[in-house]
This record gives sequence, structure tokens and C-alpha cells, in this order.
Amino acid sequence: MKKDRVKVQFPGAIDSHFSQVLEIREKMDPIDTFRVMDTDGKVLDPSLEPDVTEEFAVKIYKDMLTMNALDLILYEAQRQGRISFYMTNAGEEAAVGSAAALDPEDEIFGQYREAVTLLYRGFTLDQFMNQCYSNVLDLGKGRQMPMHFGSKALHFQTISSPLATQLPQASGAAYAIKRSGRKNCVMCYFGEGAASEGDFHAALNIAATTSCPVIFFCRNNGFAISTPAKEQYKGDGIASRGVGYGMHTIRVDGNDVWAVYKASQEARKIAVEQHKPVLIEAMTYRVGHHSTSDDSSAYRSKKEVEDWKRNDNPIVRMRKWLENKGWWDETKETAFKSQQRSAVLKSFAAAEKRKKPAVSEMFNDVYDKMTPTLIEQKKELEGLIKKYPEHYDTSDYAKEH
Amino acid sequence: MAFLKTPHLASAFCAATRNITHQQILVKSHHAAASSPPPAEGFMPGVANSKFIKSTHHEALRNPELASVANGETKKMNTFQAVNDAMSIALATDDTACVFGEDVAFGGVFRCTMGLAEMFGRDRVFNTPLTEQGIAGFGIGMAAMGSTAIAEIQFADYIFPAFDQLVNEAAKYRYRSGGEFNVGGLCIRTPSGAVGHGGHYHSQSPEAYFAHTPGLKVVIPRGPIQAKGLLLASIRDRNPVIFMEPKILYRAAVEMVPVGDYELPLGKAEILTQGNDLTVVGWGAQLYVLENAIQLAQKKMPGLSVELIDLRSILPWDVETVCKSVNKTGRLLIAHEAPKTQGFAAEIASTVMERCFLRLEAPPQRLCSFDTPFPLVFEKFHVPDMIRCAEGIERAMKF
Repeated sequence: MKKDRVKVQFPGAIDSHFSQVLEIREKMDPIDTFRVMDTDGKVLDPSLEPDVTEEFAVKIYKDMLTMNALDLILYEAQRQGRISFYMTNAGEEAAVGSAAALDPEDEIFGQYREAVTLLYRGFTLDQFMNQCYSNVLDLGKGRQMPMHFGSKALHFQTISSPLATQLPQASGAAYAIKRSGRKNCVMCYFGEGAASEGDFHAALNIAATTSCPVIFFCRNNGFAISTPAKEQYKGDGIASRGVGYGMHTIRVDGNDVWAVYKASQEARKIAVEQHKPVLIEAMTYRVGHHSTSDDSSAYRSKKEVEDWKRNDNPIVRMRKWLENKGWWDETKETAFKSQQRSAVLKSFAAAEKRKKPAVSEMFNDVYDKMTPTLIEQKKELEGLIKKYPEHYDTSDYAKEH
Repeated sequence: MAFLKTPHLASAFCAATRNITHQQILVKSHHAAASSPPPAEGFMPGVANSKFIKSTHHEALRNPELASVANGETKKMNTFQAVNDAMSIALATDDTACVFGEDVAFGGVFRCTMGLAEMFGRDRVFNTPLTEQGIAGFGIGMAAMGSTAIAEIQFADYIFPAFDQLVNEAAKYRYRSGGEFNVGGLCIRTPSGAVGHGGHYHSQSPEAYFAHTPGLKVVIPRGPIQAKGLLLASIRDRNPVIFMEPKILYRAAVEMVPVGDYELPLGKAEILTQGNDLTVVGWGAQLYVLENAIQLAQKKMPGLSVELIDLRSILPWDVETVCKSVNKTGRLLIAHEAPKTQGFAAEIASTVMERCFLRLEAPPQRLCSFDTPFPLVFEKFHVPDMIRCAEGIERAMKF
């Protein structure tokens, strides 16, 4: 049949050849999962040994630990009714490796379970707490649910709840960055469930056809709330789709910080130097519940979760790698954890005491300037508050300025 | 995707439209009729003879809103040329501005982007894949980086796949981030409204869906001069704007348009004729129907004095101008092409009833399309045409 390898003339598939084999394809070979170290933190191929400083590696590890400390305290705070909502990052802390591969001015678009990347960029404990408490220092002015972080200074676009909407936005942002001549790219995170949304398709296709320097980073943690990945798609995960869009693609071990770091570094190079999008699928496991509104034992066994925690934990792997290097030990671990716990608690207590933003902030930022209708509605509320102070208690809110 | 010949686009309305018979308009229907579509019968009489069309240099520049270009030149343009001119100025005056959408690179299926790719380069005027949610999301992303994104949705009927991006994302971008981020540089242009034979999916007027969304602005021009000034203002406004272009006016409305760079104000209505007996509010192509309906009513009721208002901005809308007028006339009629139930006329009528209750001498009249999908062969019975509007005027006056 090889002798008949004649290229087609059809404009829609110029690289195709004619064939006389009637073959309806079901599968391609599954895409391999790139890994640098095993579950004991041992680098499998010496040529892949990360060429990094102690300071850099320790910072990455400390951020993972800090994320974990934040998760524990804020999760409990929600259970006690002190904040309205929370989502942990447990099991997915290795995503910090992707942030470490970026330039600080690369723009990040996230879903909601990437707080560790914001932490890496320098979002402070206070800023995390202020957002979760919707207090007067929250950059978002108390308007969005907890976990919907954002920071212009840190090039981290504010999180929104609708899934996958950030994907085509990331493509557009990357296009604008490319046109500006800046040597930067966009990093866009999402889960494997979100990848079923139409916006995923729109985003990857438009990024490929318009040559956008964007990295699509999929956290494939096996579950979208209760829906297991096997009910989310039938193909070879998310990575196999990247190839379909004509995009550079890699699948990595998402519990291996160094695999995530190296893949992201390479992806960034392709995006910034060649102006091409890249898809990274990081395989991991969502150890925590979906959110504080979810009890995951209703759809998966506690034993399964415990096994993952014990057998393949990204924090433990990194700690072992650091210990092998002689850059970390039990003393440092204990000291850091205790110091970090008190820092988190201190920040937590301070955030809880702060007032909510002034009530009038409800009307700002709908538009760049308040419309006549909004000015009237603001006056209407002010009149009511004045008339019924016992019903509209504003003592927890900052004074109007 | 099929090509549908549209020899009758607006042909009943204006001699100037005769030259389009060779044009092919891209439509998305796979069921495009092989035979000629039904002709656009005269539910909307000639725009060319409208008193609101400025056909001389002097008339065009008499408008005080055009003071900034009062000493400049004017040029004869139809609406699509005026839209093109506005985008050309936007691209020339802002290096970050880009125009994109389906089929815009070759000039657009309505010719609105003709010559722009050649003049400004394919990186600034480019085709996207066929995905409305992608186009809207892409524009939001560009705008979030501080760039100016002028996105086109080929027909307003196809804006719904982008509804989530526009309503949940663009509209809330500034608010939800506490002002950290905004997408003020985003403007979505889309052809809307009846065209004589557009059927379900080439005729809709979806402005009311977006008028329920704090954070968005919605603007609809009535002709070339307005289209250019309002579009430039929409592109440069620091809020996301949906700019709906009445497609029936692309060729039918021809005016002397200032060639200079000018903007017309958003959120402000324009009083087209002063009057004392009745306030009539409309926007887009419906204004020409109303103009004729008023003339017809005046024949029956000599001396009837009508104040006709072009709302121009649907959101935020000019409550003050409309209520001030009704407080003077005591009567209100609103007409739009979109279906009646929950159409934007309902918002205007209820606001006027709240604010002008003691001045109203008749119930506000709403003349709208019937509450059916937009039907192909029944178009002239479906839309609020001259007769129905004139009937409404009579009802308001004789109550």
C-alpha cells in the first residue's frame, strides 16, 4: 500500500495521503507520563537531576508546606462557620513547580485550586485571609466567595466560578502580550472536568490558529466533584486532545514537582520563543473533598484516599529529595511547621477582626463610573439604613468615606 | 455552511440598495433555500426619504454633538461604510486595537471591515475559528491586558453561545476583582434586527437579554453618522459594550458623515422631533417606521404634536430625557422589533409609570413584535410596522 502514498489535494487536510486500507481508528498510543523522581524522591535518570540552588528548592518546598498549613486552618474555620466556604489544595501542591518555571510577569489565569502558585508569587498570608474573610483589606472588596483570589501586582487574574471561561481569555491575553513585544507568556490552569466545557475547545483551537504564547495546564486529579474521570471522557485523558489541535503537548506526573517544573520551563520556551501554545496535562489525585460543601466519602472510599495520601504524596516526595541533597531535615521541618502555623494563626486572627468593606462598595466598580440609576439605588439604600438602623446593622462594616 | 444569495437585502427600502444584487451574504443555515428568498416587502418604508437622514454637509454638521468636527469635511457613506470608517480611525489612533471575528479579514460578510486588513496588517485584523464563545473570551483576555478588542459576532442571532462570556465574565470583570482588573477595552459589534427575509436566525434583536446585565453597555445606532460616533465612543469607553448594528440600514441609510474623529455620547438619548402631545421612543431601524407612523397618524389627527426620541443606548438608558418628555406630553409609546414580553419597552414603561404616574393621561403603549420566534414568510405581520404603530398612537391619543 505504501506505493500509493499520494498526498490529498483537499484544503482541509493538506498533509494527508490517500490509502486503500479501510481502517476506522479507535485509538492512538496513550501518551507517556513524564517523571523526574519516583515516590521516594529519587531522580530516575541522572541527566534529569534539577540544576537548582538550595534556596530555590527550599522555597518551593516551604510554599507547599505553607499551602498545606493554610488549607488545614481555613478548612477548619469553615467547619466552625467562621468563613463561608473553602477549597483545599491537598495532593496538588506540586503545581507550585509550574509557577516556579515562569517569569514573575507572565500572566496567570486560574480555576480555583491553584492557590499555591499565587503563594509562590508572593501573595501574603494576610492577603489570603483577607479574601476568605471578605474584609476591608480584601483586594476584591468582599464581593466574591472565598478562594476567588486575584492580584494585579502579581499578574494573577481574579478567579471566577464559571468553569473554563478563563481558557479563551488566556488565549486573548497571550495574543495581546505577543503583540506588545513583551517576552512573556500566559499560564492557564484548569481541571480535567472543566476541559469538557465548550470554552476548552474554543480556547485551544483559537490559540493554535492565532499563534498565542499560552500554556494550558490541566490538573487531572481524577474527579470533578463526584464525577470520576472515566465518566468525563473516553479518550486518552486531556493530553491526547492537544495533538488534535496541532499543539505541543506533554503529560507529566503531577505529584513530581521537578517533572512539573521542567515541563513548564520547556513549555514556556516554546510559547515565548516560537509564539505557540502548549498543553500540559499533570496527572494527580484530589486528596481533599471537592470543597467544604462536599463529602467525598459519598462517592469514593476513604481507603482509596488514605492510600493516595500514604503512597504518593507530592510534599513527601519533595521532602525526600531535599533530604537526599542534605538541604532539609527533621529539625528544619519541625521548626518551619511550628513557625508557619503560628504565622498563619496570627494572620487568621487579624483578618477575622477586620471590618467588612463599607456598604457603599456594593455599588462601585459595576462600571468605571457610577451610572445615574446606580447613584439613585445607592441613595435608596442609604435612606433605608438611616431609617431602620436596627434592621440594617452596619457596625461590622467600614465607615463610609 | 452554505451561501445564500440575498438579492433582496433591503431592496424594498432604498434605490441605493439595488447595487447589492451581486453580493453574496454568508449565512450559517444549512437549509438555505435554493430558490429566491421571499422579497422584503414594505414593512419599513423608504429610509432614503427620512427627515432624520442628513444628506447634505450643512445638515450633517448642524448637530451640536458634532461640534468637534464642525469645520471638517463630510463624505457620503452608508452605514457599513461609516462602521468601517470608525474602525479605521480606532485602529489608526490606538496601536493596541485589533479587529477579529468570523470572516472579517476579507472584509466581512456585510463589508464592514473592507480594506482594514490590508491597511493595518493581518495581525490586527484577522479571522478567528468559528466559535462565538471563543471570540468573546479572546476579546475579554485581550482587554484584560489593556488592549482594545473590537470583536465581531456575525449575526446577533449567534451571540448566545457567547452569553456566558459576556454576562458572567465581561460584565463582572471589574466588579468581582474589586477594580484590580477590567475589560473596558472590549467592544462586541454585531448585526441585528429584521432584514426582510432573515427568518429565525438572521433577524433577532437580543438587546433585552443584555439589558438585564449590570456591567454591560448596549448601544444601537440609527444611521451612518450615529453609527460612526457611537461606535468610536463604544470602542473607547472603559466598559464592555455590545454594539448592535441594524443590518437593514447597512446599505439603506446613506448620509453625509464627518470624515474626522468624533464620538457621540453613550447613555444619552436624542430627541429627533420636539412635540407636546405624545412621547414616542424607539431605536435603530424602528425609528423610520415610527417616523412614517407618526405622519400617518397626523393625517388622521391634524395638529398632533409628537416628540420622537432615539434612545441610542439601551443600557444604561437615558431615564431623564424620556421621563422629562413624558412629564411634558403625558403620553408614551415605545416600539421595538424584539418580542413584547420582557422586551426593553417593559422596562421603559414601568420606569415611566413609577416616575410620571400623576402626569400620565393614557396607559403607555408597547408596540413590539409578537411573542413568537421570528417567522420567515410572516415577517410583515410579525413586526410592529407603520400601521400597527399608527394604531398605537391613535389608541394613546384617544384614551
